[in-house]
Amino acid sequence: MPQYQLEVNGVGVTATVDDPAMPLLYFLRNDLGLHGPRFGCGLGQCGACTVHLDGAAIRSCIYPIGNVRGKITTLEGLGTNENPHPVQRAFIEEQAVQCGYCINGMIMQAAAFLKRTPKPTEAEVARELRPNLCRCGTHLRIIRAVLRASRT
Amino acid sequence: MNTVIDRRAFLQGSGALIVSFAFPATGGRAAAAIAAKPVDLKLVESFLAIGADGNVTVYSGKVDLGTGVRTALAQIVADELYVPFSRVSVIQGDTDLTPDQGVTYGSLSIQNGGKQLRLAAATARGALLQEAGKRFHAAPESLRIAEGIVIAPDEKRLPLQALIGPQGLRLAMDESATLKSPDDFTLVGRAVPRLDIPDKVTGRFTFMQDFKLPGMYHGRVVRPPAMGASVVKVDESSVAGIPGLVKVVRQENFLGVVATTEWAAIKAARQLDVQWSEWLGLPDERYLWEHVRNTKIVKDDVTSNTGDSARALGGAAHRLSATYDFAIHTHGSIGPSCSVAQFEGGRLTCWTASQGPHSLRKQLAAMFSLRDEQVHCIYIDGAGCYGRNGHEDAAADAALLARAANAPVRVQWMRADEHGWDPKGPPTLLDMRAGLDAGGKISAWESELYIPDGAAGFVALLGADLAGLDSLGKLSPGGVIQDLAIPYAVDNVKTTAHRLESTPFKPAWIRSPGRMQNSFANESFFDEIAAHLGVDPLDARLQYLHDARAKAVLERLDTSSGWRKRPKPDRQADTSLGRGLAFVKYELVRTYVGMVCEAEVDRRTGRIAVKKFFVTHDCGQIINPDGLRNQIEGNVVQTVSRVMHEEVRFNRSMVTSLDWASYPILQFPEVPQVVIELIDRPHEVPWGAGEPTAALVPAAISNAVYDAIGVRLRSVPFTPDKVKAAIARSAEV
Repeated sequence: MPQYQLEVNGVGVTATVDDPAMPLLYFLRNDLGLHGPRFGCGLGQCGACTVHLDGAAIRSCIYPIGNVRGKITTLEGLGTNENPHPVQRAFIEEQAVQCGYCINGMIMQAAAFLKRTPKPTEAEVARELRPNLCRCGTHLRIIRAVLRASRT
Repeated sequence: MNTVIDRRAFLQGSGALIVSFAFPATGGRAAAAIAAKPVDLKLVESFLAIGADGNVTVYSGKVDLGTGVRTALAQIVADELYVPFSRVSVIQGDTDLTPDQGVTYGSLSIQNGGKQLRLAAATARGALLQEAGKRFHAAPESLRIAEGIVIAPDEKRLPLQALIGPQGLRLAMDESATLKSPDDFTLVGRAVPRLDIPDKVTGRFTFMQDFKLPGMYHGRVVRPPAMGASVVKVDESSVAGIPGLVKVVRQENFLGVVATTEWAAIKAARQLDVQWSEWLGLPDERYLWEHVRNTKIVKDDVTSNTGDSARALGGAAHRLSATYDFAIHTHGSIGPSCSVAQFEGGRLTCWTASQGPHSLRKQLAAMFSLRDEQVHCIYIDGAGCYGRNGHEDAAADAALLARAANAPVRVQWMRADEHGWDPKGPPTLLDMRAGLDAGGKISAWESELYIPDGAAGFVALLGADLAGLDSLGKLSPGGVIQDLAIPYAVDNVKTTAHRLESTPFKPAWIRSPGRMQNSFANESFFDEIAAHLGVDPLDARLQYLHDARAKAVLERLDTSSGWRKRPKPDRQADTSLGRGLAFVKYELVRTYVGMVCEAEVDRRTGRIAVKKFFVTHDCGQIINPDGLRNQIEGNVVQTVSRVMHEEVRFNRSMVTSLDWASYPILQFPEVPQVVIELIDRPHEVPWGAGEPTAALVPAAISNAVYDAIGVRLRSVPFTPDKVKAAIARSAEV
């Protein structure tokens, strides 16, 4: 079976899969047991599966594992309860969660965005997060959290 | 301590926490002891345990569907018991461990579930103070509790857990237990941060979709391409080459695959060659409303009848009438439904994100001819469901596959399964009529609602239906006739719900079910009447409301929104900003909400930009004001999405809006501002807040559009095409 050397959250791992077309998401969730990236649509339409590939936000539900070249960071690699990333901290401070299923994507998208655009306007945040869907209607808090993170 | 409990860790390890005082069992017998934990609604111990370490465990039959209610319930118990908040943990929705407090719906978790928990805590506190009185030789009334320590007048101290005897908290719930005065609350009424949020933002949280068992297989379902189609032939050789495939499972028209890996299951489900029969049983979507109107009525529910509306209408100086319709909606959970099931030792265990683990247990028991006690349902938080979505159906699927594979099986639906097969909010049609006398008074109000028949109960499990098994289901939902009756004091009123024999898709509850559709018609039609009379919509409501709390909400809404000082829009301008108002006294007996919406309409494109909402909210005693605001914001934003965008599409066979491109929902740039004013009434009972605000959004937008351009929108969703058509119609008049 093909093997792929990956770096996930700073750790080298070997993925042994029978199908290089398998989306990265299933390796992260089922082989590595990560809970951050989530299956939402499998179509790249909602953003729940978002991870970073070399710092850029990608949709892991449609990204074939055979194509991964570079360093993967997931929500777990961004920060921890003890040492949260500024975006994670801002989401806690703004209580920017309802069910929380989409929140992985919101945080990963926002963290990558703030690296490129450290001081965005509210409209820029909204435009950046446009492809990320939230069903509970937490949008207002999510925007506030991203703006808060941009001020820290 | 009160981080979110990982259930497996709990069962394996800290199970001794409960038994430490209630049972003389040793840690190794924890599982047996847990099975003996009472769940009787009449016993305190069903709801509460205080461990030897002073930690408090709350057993809640109501579950947190992403609303934050876990935290609110912990606040209620910690406050009533005078223990530190950090010592309280919540176990929810476990049919072996938690009492059956009813399905989590209808904005009742705090109103009903919290009330029971508070009573359990108050009963326990009373009994523990009695015991402390004996130990201290002091009158119980002379004792106080601080941070979980009982303190005597002479400053002698004992922790609460030291007062628990060998009988544990096996006390009967005392309906007359003395409740803590709201003046003494230290946690209730405070914006305590939610317990689950830190883990949810770092990936430490375990959602239903994350739950795994050793030796677990992955399953996927293969649904028919037409709702009523039957399997003609399955060619298993079509998937024979997929590594990891365990088996193809078929039971009548239920089809699924089981594999050792999730990707193998997904591939097999896609690749399986199945021949299905043709089925064209759905109505033509272009004529949906004719179909609804022509569906056989099986009974009428008259929800209010005062005076003689027919006579008053006949004698009215002016008559108004209008018809409102509200499209079919899907729940649209971001995480497709998921469940893990296992048959072991004659027992079915099902991990589920169901809003009703106790009722799911009954349905699964019926499906597999088991006794209720042989089915154990365990709640784990899933993606928000907003009503009865597909979680229960996924549980039935997982159980069918687990039985066939003789191993634990996890099923997660694919996006198309969720959009295509979750039960839908049914199409809803309302005819409204009003009569006005010569003096401009509303003399008659009549409404006729067309809605599927049903009563609160079980929604049939899809897998059971396909497999030809009974899951106790029947046409649901009930409760959808609420808020058809009006809060306004009109002399002659008749409101009738025509209950229909069928509806195109299996119906279920979606946030504010029925109440939203009925409030859309009522509050829009009331606005039509006020406009006809030339009376300000706020003054018109005040004229017909004789309820001090209702009036207070509207007066404060006026102040916060500047309603009476609003500018008059230029209705002929290309773009015009209008304001609309709506009010509800939810189900006529609880939470009051007043709402003003600001919306800008572009006459040329028909586009509506929903800009801003003002919400004034009175749900009595507020448990957690930030949690409440979060719910209100969510109610508004989610419902703007439903009203502006959402409509299930279908052909004669099947739902065709099977992804987020064909069933678009609101995106960030369209999100309106929401300005919230909370009216806290700490000495009143707490009412629900998960739904009432949502009920007002459709009418508030419709009324704002009327204010902006003088055109009525009476059909949800308010698409640009409908706006342009309404403008064209109004130009013809």
